[in-house]
This record gives sequence, C-alpha cells and structure tokens, in this order.
Amino acid sequence: MSKTKAVSAENLRARVEELSGENVFACYQCGMCAAGCPLADEMDRLPSQVIRDLQLEDITLLDSNAPWVCASCLACEVRCPKGVDLAKLMEALRQLHLRKELDHMSIDDMSHDEIRKLPQIALVASFRKKTG
Amino acid sequence: MKTIPYFPGCSLKDTATPFETSAQFVMEKLGLALAELDRWNCCGTVSSLTSDDLMHHLAAVRNFVRVQDLGETELVALCAMCYNTLARTAQRVNGDDADRDKINQFMDRESDYVGDVKIVHLLQVLRDRIGWETLAEHSTVNLNGLNVACYYGCTLVRPKSVGIDDAENPTLMDDALEAVGATPRAFPFATECCGTYQVVDRRDLSIEHSFRILQSAARTGADVIATACPLCQHNLQEAQRELSGMENIRDLEIVYFTELLGAALGMDPTALPERITQSLQTTAAAQADQGGN
Amino acid sequence: MTEEKLTQIFVMGKAYDVPAGITIMDAMEYAGYRFVRGAGCRSGFCGACGTVYRKDGDYRLEFALACQEMVEEGMHLTQIPFTPAPRSDYQLNELDAAENVLLQHYPAIARCVSCNTCTKACPQDIEVMDYVQAALRGDLKRVAELSFDCIQCGLCAMRCPADIKHYHLSQMARRLYSVTESPEPAHLTARMAELGDGAYDAELDEMMSMTLDQLKQRYAERVIEKEGEAL
Repeated sequence: MSKTKAVSAENLRARVEELSGENVFACYQCGMCAAGCPLADEMDRLPSQVIRDLQLEDITLLDSNAPWVCASCLACEVRCPKGVDLAKLMEALRQLHLRKELDHMSIDDMSHDEIRKLPQIALVASFRKKTG
Repeated sequence: MKTIPYFPGCSLKDTATPFETSAQFVMEKLGLALAELDRWNCCGTVSSLTSDDLMHHLAAVRNFVRVQDLGETELVALCAMCYNTLARTAQRVNGDDADRDKINQFMDRESDYVGDVKIVHLLQVLRDRIGWETLAEHSTVNLNGLNVACYYGCTLVRPKSVGIDDAENPTLMDDALEAVGATPRAFPFATECCGTYQVVDRRDLSIEHSFRILQSAARTGADVIATACPLCQHNLQEAQRELSGMENIRDLEIVYFTELLGAALGMDPTALPERITQSLQTTAAAQADQGGN
Repeated sequence: MTEEKLTQIFVMGKAYDVPAGITIMDAMEYAGYRFVRGAGCRSGFCGACGTVYRKDGDYRLEFALACQEMVEEGMHLTQIPFTPAPRSDYQLNELDAAENVLLQHYPAIARCVSCNTCTKACPQDIEVMDYVQAALRGDLKRVAELSFDCIQCGLCAMRCPADIKHYHLSQMARRLYSVTESPEPAHLTARMAELGDGAYDAELDEMMSMTLDQLKQRYAERVIEKEGEAL
C-alpha cells in the first residue's frame, strides 16, 4: 500500500470527490444502493458503507475489496434517491491504486486457454478496470 | 438500398459472429442495410467514470470522427457494451466544448470532431425507423409462440441518460420478438448484472450471478433467453454449461435477439438450436406467396 | 580541401559542431560516440538504430532511424538502442490461425486506448494503431498487410502507454499469415529439394577442411549476385 501513501485520512474524501465529481455528503444512508446491488454479497463492506467510510474519511477503505467487486452495473445509480453516482466513487477508489501502477490483476498470469474462450469485450473491460 | 453507418465492435468479429450476420440479414430484408464503418477501432467497452480522464474516451471519439468524415451523424451499434460506451462518450464530449477541444488537439492527425454524432442501438432503429408492423409484415416464418425471456442486462438500460428504454422495466426487445410471433416471458432478473468482465479473473462470481438469471428466466416458462451482448451471452452460456444435466434444472438456449428475428425473416435456421427450429412455422402469408409463384 | 559547413547539434545536452548533411548516426560518431550496440546495417533495414530527437521550437518528440535521418541545426538527440519487450514463445505449426491467437500471446493489446501514439512514433510510416486494433479482433491478414514494412526498431513499444509489444505482435502475425494463408513459393520448394538431395554437401565438406586464411581468401573472391540476376 506504500504507493498510495499520497492519499491519507485527511485527503481521502477530497481526492475521491475530485476524481468522481460526486458529493459524498449528498448521501443520507438510506441503503437503497446496498439493497439492490447484485454483487454486494461478495463485498467486505456494503456499497452504502463505502460512502459512509468516505464521509468519515476511513482510510481502511483503501484496503476494501468492494471497488474491485463492483462491476459498474449502475443498479445503484438509477435507484439512488439523492442522485449519487456510487459507480463513480468506486471508479475513483480503483483509480487511486491504478494510477500508482498497483494493478489488481496480472495479465501475464493468464493462460492462452483462458483467453481463447473469452470475448474481447471481457478482456478490454477487465484490463481497463483492474490494470493501470 | 438505404444504409446506416454501423459499428460492429471486436467481439462481433470473433466470438459473436452470429450476432452480426443475423443482424445484417435482418436489416437487408428490411431495406436499411448496415454499412460497416471504415477503420473503426475498439470502443473501450467500459466508459471511464472519472472526471479528469479524457484519454479513455479517445477510442470512442475516433469512431465519431469516422462517422463525421462520411457526412453522417448517426451510428448504430449492436453490442450492448459498445452501445453504452459510445453513447456515454458522445453524451460527455458532445456537450462539453472544453473536453472536445482537448481531445481534438490530441488527435491532431484526425479531422476535428464537431460534436454531433448520435449513437443509436439497433433495437431503437427497429422501433423508430422500421416499426413493429413493418417488421411483422416482413416475417415469413412465425416463431409460433416460442417462449423467450429477453435479457437486457445493464448497458442497454443504465444509466437512464443513455438507456434505450425504461431502466427497470424495458420492453423494447420483447416488443420486437413479439412482433414476429414469439411469446415474451417477463422475468425479474431481466436487467440484473451477469457479472460481466469479472469472468476474466473472478469466474466463480460471474457463474453464480448468471445462474440466478437463468433460474429466474426458467421459472417463467421460457425456453430461450435472448441477449444483445456477447459478454452476457458468454457468461450465461458458461453458467448453463456448468448446470446442464443437473437435477431440477431446465436447460435454456441462449441466443442473440437478432438470430430469432433472422429466423423469422427467413434466414437459414440450421445454426439455431433444435428447440427453436422445431417451433418455427411458415406463415400463411409466406405460404400464399409460394402458392402464387 | 573546401571548408566544411558545420551545424550544431546537442547529444544528451552537450553541444557539438558536426558536418551538415550527415546522418544522426554519422554525426554521433563524428562527435566521438562509439556504437557497440544500436547500430547494424546502416541502410535503414535492420531496425537497430531507433532514435528520438527534438528540434528547437517544436514541442514534439520526433522519431527516426539514426542511420537514415539527417542532422539539422539545433537538433537535440540521444540514442535509444533497445526496447526491452518480451516476445512470446510459439511454434508456428502448432498455432491455430482461426483462433484469437494474437490476443492469447499478446493480451496487452486489449489495453489499447486508441491514442495513436505508436503510429506517430513509427519511422516506417506504418499505421501501427490500426494493426493493433485489427489484432484485437483477430484479423490476421490485416495485421500482416498493414505491418509489412516493420523493421522491429521497437519505438512503438517504447512509447505505448498501454505497454503493448506491437512489433513482436505483428511479426507473429506476418509469420503465421505466411504459413497459413500465403501460397508456398516455388523457388523455396525447389531449393529445399536441392538441399535435401545434397547439392551443396561437397562444397560444405570442402570448406570445413579449409584453414581460416583459406576461408578468408574464398570469401574475398566470392561471386556476388548482380542486381536483378537470380543465382
């Protein structure tokens, strides 16, 4: 995590708001995003908790798997009563890592056999979301 | 024949060729042929969501320049991911002079993009430029009540600003297939995420979520799932393969919606699963046609 | 001897006066640099001498082969002798050209953002980005055709923000395309048969028995194929 040390508890929220263009205090914690998220059961904290942690500048959020599990399906985005685009917050959290070349997957570890079966759109999307 | 500029996307040239060939067949039958864009490049498949990242919108804009160079303003996409990525970039750069200027300066070897290319999905073209009645009139084979669950996934309907239909209850694909004799089976997971690109390094996750979609569709009595995305198709197919033969599992066929339209408009159905070809029935109109010849 | 016209260039920041109208490579040697690597055929074919430079008053970095580009007044340059870029291992006759084989061996092509920086870096004027895009969708023929003039200098891979290994990728495409799609050339078949029949065995045996000096003499006296004349 050393490479993300430019991000601290004091500027986590500011950096994420800057990258996402979203206001995390617009959220009033109704939990609609978490209720409708198809991948929430894979996350170590709920989507609504991700926003709460940003409000509270909880730096441990940088270690959460939630942004990497989020697939930008936007179920939360269309349902948020306050118009917060959670997918953009998740993207910003990923970018804090990826812009320091902290990839979340290894292209070199993929076998020819794995790649053979996949549609190109899967690879392009995955590399864009998980490699910097 | 009238034509419309068309963006295939990479997967339609490789893993999803039936999607492209069937769509081309359908549109030629309907008198509005898909004219593949010259020198198109990968759209990027996911839209960059950070405020400062213009670089990842370049790929889409380069395609807009190709459309503009043809003197056209409309580009039709088939692949749902391509549609979404292209449409979101168009939305961002068409409405933002500063962003567009930056991109134009960077792409100094291209003509400047002026910002008036509109992205449409084939389903919108079918509804708005062809119409369900015309589509039905061109049908020579009746899908004969084939039970189809139309799976929209995420990228055709979200975000609302680029969605081609209602974000929660889309019916566009259902309407198209109903017009040619299918019986659409509405199901609650029609817009649930299949796990998308997570299949690359979290296959377990995409299989599990695709399984829920398959189950939900099967419970409505569907025999076939129609999709508009090569990645949804892949994930659902992979889940179906894993489940095939298990107890209490009803196998579903997973096809592109254009394959069903193609079969209805007279395309050789031999590439389609037997369950689908069995229910095909030559329409009275077509029989009368043949009798007249 | 007439007075030589000199021009000022900068090599890694240090000024040198060199004769006008010579190549970057000659100019660097004139200035006292010695190429141990990063120089080869000196004729624009081998791709060993990819170089970058900047001209006064131009914000752009320019790309060229050092053995081909002439120096200009105020040119700032250095040598980029080698681009570290791993090449995938493959056996041509074991590959299935119908599959997305380029993507399997070079998956980083899926990271292309279509920025076109590779194309701008190519000293051979190849549409590099276009062939990367063709590779992504599995169009082997288009990759082979578009990349035909590639001399493997590696400047594309040096510049790529997505870390794609363009020149290795396109070499694989050309090789695979030639094996799977191109007709086998008749002269190659004939020559292979000739070799198999032992047409040159005696000559090779003779050379194997010669001393180094005899070999040198043989080399110096060899008959060189004239232009347009096939041996």
